[in-house]
Amino acid sequence: MLASGCGGASSNTLTLYSAQHEQMTDALAKTFERKTGATVRIRFGEDEGLANQIVQEGSASPADVILSENTPPLELLAEKGLLTKVDSATLAQAPARYDSPSGSWVGVAARETVLVYNPKLISTGQLPVSILDLAKARWKGKLAIAPSEPDFVPIVGAVDKLDGRAATTRWLEGFAANAKRYNDNEGIVAAVEDDQVDAGIINHYYWYAQAAEVGRANVHSKLYYFGHKDPGALVDISGAGALESGNHHVLAQRFLAFLLSTEGQSAMTHSGDWEYPLNASVAPPPGLKPFASLEPPDVGPADLGDGSAALKLMQQAGLL
Amino acid sequence: MEAARAHAPRPAWSANRWRARLRGRSTPLALLAVAAAVALLVLLPLGFLMEQALSIGISQVDALVFRPLVGTLLLNTVLLVLVATSACTALGVAVAWCVERTDLPGRRAWAVLAALPITVPAFVTSYGWVSITPAVQGFGGAALIVTLAYYPLVYLPVAAVLRGMDPALEETARSLGMGPWRTFLRVTLPQTRLALLGGALLVAVHLLSEFGAFAMLRFQTFTTAIYDEYRLSFDGPAASMLATVLVLLCLVLLLAELAARGRARYARVDTGAPRPPARAQLGRTRWLAGGGLALLSGLALGLPLVTLVYWLLHGGSTSFPVATLLSTAGTSLKLGLGAAILTTLLALPVSILTVRYPSRIATVLERAAYLPYALPGIVIALSLIVASVHYLPTIYDTTQLLIVAYAILSLPLALVATRAALAQAPPVHEEIARSLGCSPLQALVRVTLPRILPGLGAAAALVFLATVTELTATLLLAPIGTQTLATQFWADASTRAFGAAAPYAGLMVAISAFPTYLLTRRLGAILGPREAR
Repeated sequence: MLASGCGGASSNTLTLYSAQHEQMTDALAKTFERKTGATVRIRFGEDEGLANQIVQEGSASPADVILSENTPPLELLAEKGLLTKVDSATLAQAPARYDSPSGSWVGVAARETVLVYNPKLISTGQLPVSILDLAKARWKGKLAIAPSEPDFVPIVGAVDKLDGRAATTRWLEGFAANAKRYNDNEGIVAAVEDDQVDAGIINHYYWYAQAAEVGRANVHSKLYYFGHKDPGALVDISGAGALESGNHHVLAQRFLAFLLSTEGQSAMTHSGDWEYPLNASVAPPPGLKPFASLEPPDVGPADLGDGSAALKLMQQAGLL
Repeated sequence: MEAARAHAPRPAWSANRWRARLRGRSTPLALLAVAAAVALLVLLPLGFLMEQALSIGISQVDALVFRPLVGTLLLNTVLLVLVATSACTALGVAVAWCVERTDLPGRRAWAVLAALPITVPAFVTSYGWVSITPAVQGFGGAALIVTLAYYPLVYLPVAAVLRGMDPALEETARSLGMGPWRTFLRVTLPQTRLALLGGALLVAVHLLSEFGAFAMLRFQTFTTAIYDEYRLSFDGPAASMLATVLVLLCLVLLLAELAARGRARYARVDTGAPRPPARAQLGRTRWLAGGGLALLSGLALGLPLVTLVYWLLHGGSTSFPVATLLSTAGTSLKLGLGAAILTTLLALPVSILTVRYPSRIATVLERAAYLPYALPGIVIALSLIVASVHYLPTIYDTTQLLIVAYAILSLPLALVATRAALAQAPPVHEEIARSLGCSPLQALVRVTLPRILPGLGAAAALVFLATVTELTATLLLAPIGTQTLATQFWADASTRAFGAAAPYAGLMVAISAFPTYLLTRRLGAILGPREAR
């Protein structure tokens, strides 16, 4: 009865630590299994949590590949020398600005930071020019944020990089005083839809997923794109890397190559996941604002680092 | 005997006591060793927490403990525990009194209905409410919903005491001219004090470690904040400092309950046959009382069950992946049974030691085993992960480790039940068996064990129930690919896929039903041995 759970370490089994949504991860794993005959075991978690779990596990970690939602956890592992180099052919499939500066991981998909708002509660004229405006007192009780969601960390990093430490601290303190906190982006979309708050900071795909679930016509909230290189227009990169401590290096590289292949990228875009693929030969899901028109700020993975500075700033401001 | 004494630990302050003990009824050393090992096992997480807390530098402790969030959490947690525990206590006593001490029509049915919310985990109740209105998110809603979910923890023991209470004291008070209200407040209520405080303590401890309900109700407490830390740092120093503050809060609660208990005891000197107590004539207020109970059952039990059925039938994301549902239910059953067996086996030696060989060291060991009950599952899980990764990597990421976590979490439940059963099995039978040539172990197995089997069953059922609805430790410790009903429910419900979550919640309630039925039949015997019926 007390069967051991540590089976499946055979040479054709890949252990994937995924911070990505279950639907999308499962679609990728199934397609890879069909294509290669390998078995994929998946541990789900969240970005920084999973990366730190791998750090704790050390050489005993069963992980072969980590698939994250954002770059800081990958940078954290790269800094500690826990990732192997990704095959250059795989790296070449995605734009270089979305890959690891040191070649330790590869960008897989992109998401845009947006403001979801309720047109019944707020007119388009009242929408903020910058994400920094949202910390002002007139937004008190009207803005939803999810500071414990790993998607929030890169935004803090972007503000820190573009506007400096003092402005970032003021901005976060404004959020701590004024914003309503939610556990996750799903909760924010629901709160805006239910007229609980005027607006909320999310990644675009939560809104598209909700619209797909209940029908576009039944959704009355709208998306506002900050654009003009505002930190609020940050593009978040989901990436993947292979673990040095893994026992299946060849299979792991094969999986990374698959993630960026036409096959892998289309498996992703057809799984009900509304992210932008990074392989240019695969079209994004229909209905998204064109990737080229997003006007994101010039903030890259190297600027965001391992996210520890952002986390510390959030702790000091009382958001964590 | 002399040799044994020479090797026994002998701190100066207790040398005489030890000598006296060893000369008198001798505690079997093997039993003592096993019980001590059990206590050590359950104290392991606490030890790791302390080690981590100590390894952080003073300046970092300062920065982590005295940061803005901790103030908010402290205020939130303390306020909620105070309000909801008081509400549960008032509600529990009122319901118990209506059911046991009035002429309310349909008392027996109400007695069962009022206990039933205990079968629905608080996070499922919260899911029911949140899925119909976001207005319950925040302090007010959180206090309301956990009160509805946890008041049976006060109601059940208080009702058992009211049922078994000798009415002589109350009758005397009335005959000396006390009015009915004063009699209730000054004579009846004080007699329920132990049960009432015990129930209130259970509620408060549950609230400190509750995760699912508060996460769903968007109410931040220490436990939800520790989970946030886990999301963002796995097992960072920030998480362990929050856990340390939480543990201190738990200790304050345990001590407060101990102090409030006092030393007064109420018991009949002999075991005569008390008359059933007179029941208060409600008159016209009976409709008010009946209406109140109906409203309570509707809110605490009806609403979550109705929303569950609604989402099963109408949810946009509802699907019945039969294979997944069955395999997940199978996993939950297997884990529940494994934990029930292991925990009952661990509880037995500790109970035998405390009941058959009472001593100071036995008391210390037993109290130690109760401590982890005040620790949230997430704290225990994190410390087990760290411990196994560093010292015993072969059990890391295995089902065995998860079951050990369940055992640590639910040992106190098993202790309560096995203790009560052993206390009711007279030792004289064992002594007779031994005089006839049985060894102590043989006497235990052949004479006592058959008598306490129902009590062991109750212990196992309590552990099974706690395990099947356990969420946080399972989320962290479930081996790769292992999903339980609770974790699958959580994965869907927390992303607002209410329809998809419904079948898992339904199955969870369904497989909890049988052990709960067993328990409600046994609970009287556990909590109120002098039950009149």
